[in-house]
Amino acid sequence: MNNLRGVYIIWYRDLLRFWRDRARLISAFIMPFLFLVIFGTGIASSFIGEAGSGGFDYIKFMYPGVIGMVVLFTSIMTGVSVVWDREFGFLKEVLVAPISRTAVAIGKALGGATIATIQGTIMLVFIPFAHVSISVEGAFLLIALMFVFALSLTSMGLLIASRIRSMEAFQVVVQMILFPLLFISPAMFPTQFLPSWLGTVVKFNPVSYGIDSMRQAVLGSQDSAMFGIELFGYHMPIVLDVVVVALFGIIMGTLAIRSFRIQE
Amino acid sequence: MQKIIEVEHIVKKFGDLVAVDDVSFEVKEGEIFGFLGPNGAGKTTTINILCTLMKPTSGRATLNGFDVVHQQNEVRKSLGLVFQDPSLDIKLSALQNLEFHAGIYSIPRSVRQKRIEEIMKMVDLWDRRKDMVQHFSGGMRRRLEIGRGLLHYPRVLFLDEPTLGLDPQTRFYIWSYILDLRKRENITVFLTTHYMDEATVADRIAIIDQGRIIALDTPDALKRMVGGDIVTLKTDDAEVAMAEILEQYNIEAQRGSEGIFFEVQNGEEFIPTLVNNFKSGLHSISVHRPTLDDVFMKLTGREIREEEGGEAVMKKMWAMRSARGGAGKFH
Repeated sequence: MNNLRGVYIIWYRDLLRFWRDRARLISAFIMPFLFLVIFGTGIASSFIGEAGSGGFDYIKFMYPGVIGMVVLFTSIMTGVSVVWDREFGFLKEVLVAPISRTAVAIGKALGGATIATIQGTIMLVFIPFAHVSISVEGAFLLIALMFVFALSLTSMGLLIASRIRSMEAFQVVVQMILFPLLFISPAMFPTQFLPSWLGTVVKFNPVSYGIDSMRQAVLGSQDSAMFGIELFGYHMPIVLDVVVVALFGIIMGTLAIRSFRIQE
Repeated sequence: MQKIIEVEHIVKKFGDLVAVDDVSFEVKEGEIFGFLGPNGAGKTTTINILCTLMKPTSGRATLNGFDVVHQQNEVRKSLGLVFQDPSLDIKLSALQNLEFHAGIYSIPRSVRQKRIEEIMKMVDLWDRRKDMVQHFSGGMRRRLEIGRGLLHYPRVLFLDEPTLGLDPQTRFYIWSYILDLRKRENITVFLTTHYMDEATVADRIAIIDQGRIIALDTPDALKRMVGGDIVTLKTDDAEVAMAEILEQYNIEAQRGSEGIFFEVQNGEEFIPTLVNNFKSGLHSISVHRPTLDDVFMKLTGREIREEEGGEAVMKKMWAMRSARGGAGKFH
């Protein structure tokens, strides 16, 4: 019972801080805007547009990728908040409290995943720019997918953060992990035209499945079929994408909890 | 009196480094127990073990009757902790910091608001409760941390260098809160410090050096170990002066940061004799009653580094200590 309350309190604090941090809310708008409207338009007009490309609308393609990017970045930021708490000493207040470390880790993961899902949901305002239309049910499905994706990634962020002592080191590790995860995925470009070695790496990247699930939810399985991931000759539907993401999350979450428990 | 903390043969190693080396002691309920020693002596490590933040390599400790390794949650509920380094969420308000603490320590909702108000009034921050902690001064933050450490009515309050980095005036206020509080709540206070003057407010002091307790007694009894007055000399040549003192009076002087010094009975009467017969160049001479610094020096041959501003605070604190039985309120 105490532990359940502990999870809630830790989750609540993270949300409270998120609400208070206007700069973070605004930046949550600006980066995706730049990617989608400026970068997306640039790419679409310079390469794909002129070749005719058989009805391939780049901005429409990229939109779920940008949502995935927002969720990915925000989720990993949860790890930053742990490192931050350690640097400012607040983590000690949490670690010496009469709740289990498991509750601390779960509260943190849920808090980070909630914030990432909120930021991902804010992306729905860009629907008019993205040349897509989403039904109400589709939107709810998308939000649910974001949450599963976010929970897996926050678990990974926590695992990294639990082993890292300084902000600088965390930044370095994140740079080394975050961008490969993003670029070796179908977020920004279709992956079926990639050379086979790179295409294989894409299939080992759990982020690919999160983005694929969201793309299917946004574009519908018909329109997204040509961009989907094939595993052992089998085309991955949303459900299996979610299973892969969830499995990755369970592994990361278990490791993160264990890492929190042996923390001194 | 009952024992609230019992420590038996605690050892803590970090690789080859022995941070705490076979330490045993007891703390009685209601007392102020001081842990005094230089930086790196093992004070914080011992506190971390008692607070369940670290596991001892070997040995056993109980707090409020609960084992610090096997009954962590019970131990954690029994103690309040003010860390050496700040541990507030500066992006939240003072009130929100306390609400977080109340939640995580499962203080029932029915008494939560009342208790937060009571604590914030006690540490004089009620009027600032809605302000973000990042706008607070160092002293205000410390007061808030002390208040937070008391919010769940712990049996033992740990203060790890509670006034580190604060100016003398703020240190004085922090101490007046702590002493006042002890009087009202009959709480046990476990204190670590490397400020000599702060240690003198304790009922009993353990002097710790290189992971071992080298003395444990009341401040007065510890000072009696030195056995006389301390005479400090500034001379032309320390070597020559030390040799002369040894030859003339059979007293072995030591080098200190202020010059050379030695112990002697009835220092005031000794000085005229010394001055009249002294052959080497003498610049200044002073005599003082033994302090805990001298005790530490006597036991280890080294000084605990003393920060500036100590003297003035010490005098105020002695006044507080003698007034503790009375109705002294310090503001």
